[in-house]
Amino acid sequence: MDFSEDQLLRYSRHIILPEIGGKGQAKINAAKVFLVGAGGLGCPVGYYLAAAGVGTLGIADNDKVEMSNLQRQIAHSTNTLGHFKADSAKATFEALNPDTTVIPIKERLNKDNILDLIKDYDIVVDGSDNFPTRYLVNDACVMTGKPLVSGAILRFEGQVTTIIPGKGHCYRCLFEEPPPPGLVPSCQEAGVLGALPGVVGGLQALEVIKLIIGKGEPISNRMLIIDSLKMHFRMVKVPKNPDCAACGPNPTITELQDYAQNVCAL
Amino acid sequence: MSDAIDKHIDIRGLVCPYTFVKAKLAIESIEVGQALEILLDYEDASRSIPNSMRDHGHTVLAVEKTGDAEWIIRVRKEKD
Repeated sequence: MDFSEDQLLRYSRHIILPEIGGKGQAKINAAKVFLVGAGGLGCPVGYYLAAAGVGTLGIADNDKVEMSNLQRQIAHSTNTLGHFKADSAKATFEALNPDTTVIPIKERLNKDNILDLIKDYDIVVDGSDNFPTRYLVNDACVMTGKPLVSGAILRFEGQVTTIIPGKGHCYRCLFEEPPPPGLVPSCQEAGVLGALPGVVGGLQALEVIKLIIGKGEPISNRMLIIDSLKMHFRMVKVPKNPDCAACGPNPTITELQDYAQNVCAL
Repeated sequence: MSDAIDKHIDIRGLVCPYTFVKAKLAIESIEVGQALEILLDYEDASRSIPNSMRDHGHTVLAVEKTGDAEWIIRVRKEKD
């Protein structure tokens, strides 16, 4: 890739890193990353990936910006209240970096559309706020072999894990089935500290960049658990389940499914 | 190793961070064992480029002051 003079300056701090260089930066510029959600996590992930120069960002979110989002969803603003989050995020990220093309997808992911939507992307990032989507995205990534960088937040706690299908664990190795609707409260019910998704989303963006440049060790077969009140960062092992229903040698989950969504959590 | 120069770049007129960015991209573009020659006129870079090249594992063959404010740096690429 021949960088323009502006690109040399924009990406200079990356290019001078031995682990990235011009070759790594060119990989970043060519990468296609699919973000599930343009909320608390999707905003910082998309922000840093756009700043890094990721060539294509697909952003799936069918929600519109509400006032209660603005305490943490930093790609949106008072000026974009009522706009689709995917459109609001596109405007923010493309203003930050015109090298990034954002493709807004204003529909809810389901078993019938997800495979087609993610098929052209290299890496998937889960920043969703509900378990049906989380399991749908996991199963779709396992089936298609796409790396998945998963993040979750609630109250003061966060989790980050990276799923490399065929190599490491998947979400179902950890929790075989989604919890019943209503058991785990949503952010809407339980609250979330606004700066927390900045930390978790920043870590997800880091994981994505590492996967793109092929350097470092992803949080695979592990999960980082963050307690922001005590500022404890704990890495726990998540062994691959040899009998996993999704990623084991004899999977029983061979079709995608739409789990029931707790209506209150929507 | 031969003393032949495999690539030459003229980055006179450039200042940091352009200087090292250009030098870094140039050394990426040659093969391990080949040598890069850099002509520059920014004094800070006459010190920082050799330091950074060493940090990155390459061998600085020479740093020559060739004029009042002009330097030539020769570096052998040691690894990708």
